[in-house]
Amino acid sequence: MRKLFLFLCLGLSAFASSIAQNEEREPGVVTGNVSILWQSYQEDSLIGAVVPPSKTGFNAYSNLIYTQGNFSAGLRYESFLNSVLGFPGRFSGTGVGYRFARYEDREKGVDVTIGNFYEQFGNGMLFRSYEARDLGLDNAMDGIRLILTPIDALRLKVVYGKQRLDFEDGLVNGDGIIRGINGELSYNELVSKFNDSKLRVNSDFSFVSRFQEGGYIIRDDRILELPENVAGWEVGTTLQYGTWSAGASYTHKINDPSADNGYIFKDGEALSYFLSGNVKRFSFLLHRSTSDNMSFRSDRDLLLFDVPINNIPAITKPHTYNLAATLYPYATVINGESSFRGELYYSLPRGSKLGGKYGTKLSLVFATAYSLDTTHYDAQSTERIVDLYYRNSWGFGETLNVQDISFEIDRKFTKNFKAKAMYMNLRFNTLAVPVTTDYKGIVDANIAVIETQIKTKKRQSLRTEFQILTTKTEVNDEGVEVKQDKGDWATVVAEYTWSPHWFVGLIDQYNFGNPDESKRIHYLYGSAGYINGPHRLSIGYGKRREGIFCVGGVCRAVPASNGFEVTFTSSF
Amino acid sequence: MKHLYFALILLVGMSTSVIAQNVASVNLKNLEGMTVNPSDLVGKGHPTVICFWATWCSPCKRELNNYMDYYVDWQDETGVEIIAVSIDDSRSMSRVAPFVTSSGWEYEVLLDPGRDFARAMQVINVPHTFLVDGEGKVVWTHNNYSEGDEEELYEELLKLVE
Repeated sequence: MRKLFLFLCLGLSAFASSIAQNEEREPGVVTGNVSILWQSYQEDSLIGAVVPPSKTGFNAYSNLIYTQGNFSAGLRYESFLNSVLGFPGRFSGTGVGYRFARYEDREKGVDVTIGNFYEQFGNGMLFRSYEARDLGLDNAMDGIRLILTPIDALRLKVVYGKQRLDFEDGLVNGDGIIRGINGELSYNELVSKFNDSKLRVNSDFSFVSRFQEGGYIIRDDRILELPENVAGWEVGTTLQYGTWSAGASYTHKINDPSADNGYIFKDGEALSYFLSGNVKRFSFLLHRSTSDNMSFRSDRDLLLFDVPINNIPAITKPHTYNLAATLYPYATVINGESSFRGELYYSLPRGSKLGGKYGTKLSLVFATAYSLDTTHYDAQSTERIVDLYYRNSWGFGETLNVQDISFEIDRKFTKNFKAKAMYMNLRFNTLAVPVTTDYKGIVDANIAVIETQIKTKKRQSLRTEFQILTTKTEVNDEGVEVKQDKGDWATVVAEYTWSPHWFVGLIDQYNFGNPDESKRIHYLYGSAGYINGPHRLSIGYGKRREGIFCVGGVCRAVPASNGFEVTFTSSF
Repeated sequence: MKHLYFALILLVGMSTSVIAQNVASVNLKNLEGMTVNPSDLVGKGHPTVICFWATWCSPCKRELNNYMDYYVDWQDETGVEIIAVSIDDSRSMSRVAPFVTSSGWEYEVLLDPGRDFARAMQVINVPHTFLVDGEGKVVWTHNNYSEGDEEELYEELLKLVE
């Protein structure tokens, strides 16, 4: 396979250069980037930080892409020596983790990639190959992708390959094979009369199938055969009219017993639709989504971050403030949930009485997710053994998974001073998404943030954040009033920048309201950095709280640590 | 051994090449649902600024809000066009349009949910800003944003029209 890849790579390269030689030869272009993360670890029993055997962690990546005319080829060299804490510990060694060659003729509508590639069909509910590198998630495809544009109105994508699972001195792919086709149709391009219409209508259709060698499972003395080929399909349409937009998609997957769903044979389904637009100074978004048994992996026996074929995005907005983002980050309950999000934005005009000289921006976001509306089959029935349950409707079930309401106000007061305030109420079911082991049930938290930015001198500014999070007090089994989970937190952030090169920052997270007094700890972390164009170096030291990273329905715990951290990124 | 092969292939290729960035050719969608290739938007004789951003990235939003304060003047003096490329994925992509409308941004906003364009432009994290000259060559980049960075960008813009 490797030799074949190299052979094809050389073939394409020769092909591209022969084309280039016939015409006027364009010079090839090389671009690249480098990203290095180094951490040192010290023991700190107070926060539970331990020192791994290698005492330091080192993750590094470098991408190189060579482009000449229509041809490009590239690779990513990766080093995990050893991987930093919180990454999949089995990522180890140093080598090539991603390589590709691509030929793209835009005029003739042909685009072929061999080797690794990332791709997404529709909204990704059926197929999404991507990387979230800071989380250690990378399900890059390894195979062939063909994108054809036979007519302007239609774009066809065909993918065939395996998926990245692991890294051991090089890329390690998972077992399963993924085959997929996607067609994207633009009605405006199709019908010449509508070419310049303000109403844009696009549709897409996808089909994806996974092959993995079968086997069987035994349940209640019955032998159930595991399907080797599991297919799914998706249809979606979006309508756009100026700044208004609406869309809907439906996804279906046939029986796919897996470790995620407890090896049940029920079909998976997902339905999602949204509407966004604006009226005068108001803009809004309404988004409704239900997914049922839609976990889809190229290896049915794997869990968490390993070889997901699709991605079911979380309904809550990605928060930017530290306490809101890292203590209770929501991830989709992968076996199914029904959710809604509404967002409203309003801008008070510049120069108005309320808006002030520079105007003021307001936003309100409401997001909630519930369990599915389902009924379990009778305990003795065959359906119970095979499918476990059926869904009564697309609506909400009885269990709340999350409810997140946040209100934000953003105002520039003078040329040199602006401020933001945020209030958020969060109800978070830690049984649905286990982000903490200290509390089981619905955590009710209130978060308030004030952020200010002061321009102190020409090209210098001071930014501060004051954040507080409080959890509800309740009576525990022993009849004592205690705060839920880890109790109350406060965070202070101060950052001073000298544009365009220097910055220093300090963050203190203080768990002042922890029911356990010995855990009322300051997590103090300082950093400084230098930026020069595309190059960025930063050095930090201090305590890093244990945290949770969540993506596409799964979360990973990052242990607490104490020590130095150096990061360097550069691109050219 | 296989690494050696790759290194050789790349070296052979690079022996005749230059290290300089062009604007990569990737098909993206704009907020009106039309397909736009950013490489078609540059090289039209006027400078272009390409900013990679996301709705969850505070410094990115500060950067683009601040540029709005100067955009009219910059356009008058240099003819610059700003393209704001959102890397929001399917979780937050639908937030981009209402957010941009309410922010009053007058930029061409493109969506790069699969980060294909970001990857081709070697963007590691956001904000990452590129200044492209009238011929379509990247002449200046900056990874990060802090208050006042717009002054450096403005100086670089002026150099292009001198």
